[in-house]
Amino acid sequence: MERRQVARTVSIATLAFIAMIFTLPQCQAQFSANGPLPASALSIPQSQLIQPDALNGMLQTSKTDPPLLLQVGSRVMFNQARIPGSFYAGPGSQPEGLKLLESMVGQAPKSKFIVLYCGCCPWDRCPNVGPAYKRLHDLGFTNVKVLYLANNFGADWLYKGFRVEQGG
Amino acid sequence: MRLRGNDYRDSPRVNRTVALLLSLMCVALSVHAAPAAKSLLDKPAPSFTRIDMNGNRVSPRAYRGKVILLNFWATWCIPCSLELPRFGEWQNHYGIEGLQVIAVSMDDSPSPVRAFVRKLKPDFPVVMGDARLGTRYGGILGLPVTFLIARDGRVSARIEGEANLPALESRIKELLAQP
Repeated sequence: MERRQVARTVSIATLAFIAMIFTLPQCQAQFSANGPLPASALSIPQSQLIQPDALNGMLQTSKTDPPLLLQVGSRVMFNQARIPGSFYAGPGSQPEGLKLLESMVGQAPKSKFIVLYCGCCPWDRCPNVGPAYKRLHDLGFTNVKVLYLANNFGADWLYKGFRVEQGG
Repeated sequence: MRLRGNDYRDSPRVNRTVALLLSLMCVALSVHAAPAAKSLLDKPAPSFTRIDMNGNRVSPRAYRGKVILLNFWATWCIPCSLELPRFGEWQNHYGIEGLQVIAVSMDDSPSPVRAFVRKLKPDFPVVMGDARLGTRYGGILGLPVTFLIARDGRVSARIEGEANLPALESRIKELLAQP
């Protein structure tokens, strides 16, 4: 009986050890620099996201009152390609970028329809849209959406055939 | 002319119509043509010359005969910061076989890049990119983007996003084994 109990205990301990080996790096990763940022893209409510197809359709039809489009990522990428009619207002991950964002929306009514986007990296790694969205929310803007770019601007906008403009 | 049975296949009018339709389809498709990013494969890598963070002139052309790993990155890009140290290890390990890593920063200004280089101390050149260079390389509209350039100067691969490092390393070894 005792031998069986020892064998069972050893088996459980072995399984626990193996489980630890496989889970510990993942746990560490969550608390490393790769983990969720304080205002990461993942913190943006789902209800405030807009899909590329939907935004593109809206821009095609809503000629009279289009949203204020603000790219809050990299200026280098903005200059390569951007959604037509958008302005640069970043980077959202930097204090100077958030100041620029504030200056871009300064005179706008709080109900103004604003769409933020970045597309620098995969959504869950983007350091820019989360802080930018939070800043506008904190400033009292009530009609802010964020363009959901799952992979990056190239894959989820340009290569889907949606219009872009370049230069700057 | 009335067509019957299989006659339509030999009718000049049908042939012209089919040809016209095919032509129109080709034109329509060209409006949404494959993105420029994919067109660099097997073509000579676009040339450029930049001054790296140590003040040295860097150009892919100068490394002709080597296998070049050209990585577009930025200091704020988390996946990039995971890859770069590994690329540094590869530079040290495979450099003797002819690998040359070149890192092109897509940061908006050089100051964070200088700080990053001072901290990382890479054994490969780090240069500043810009929109023009990104466009020449097919559009760098998300980071990281990694190119492998073979010894003959032709683009062998373009990897978008975080690379599968074991697979990338295998590909590098294949290229290094080629004359």
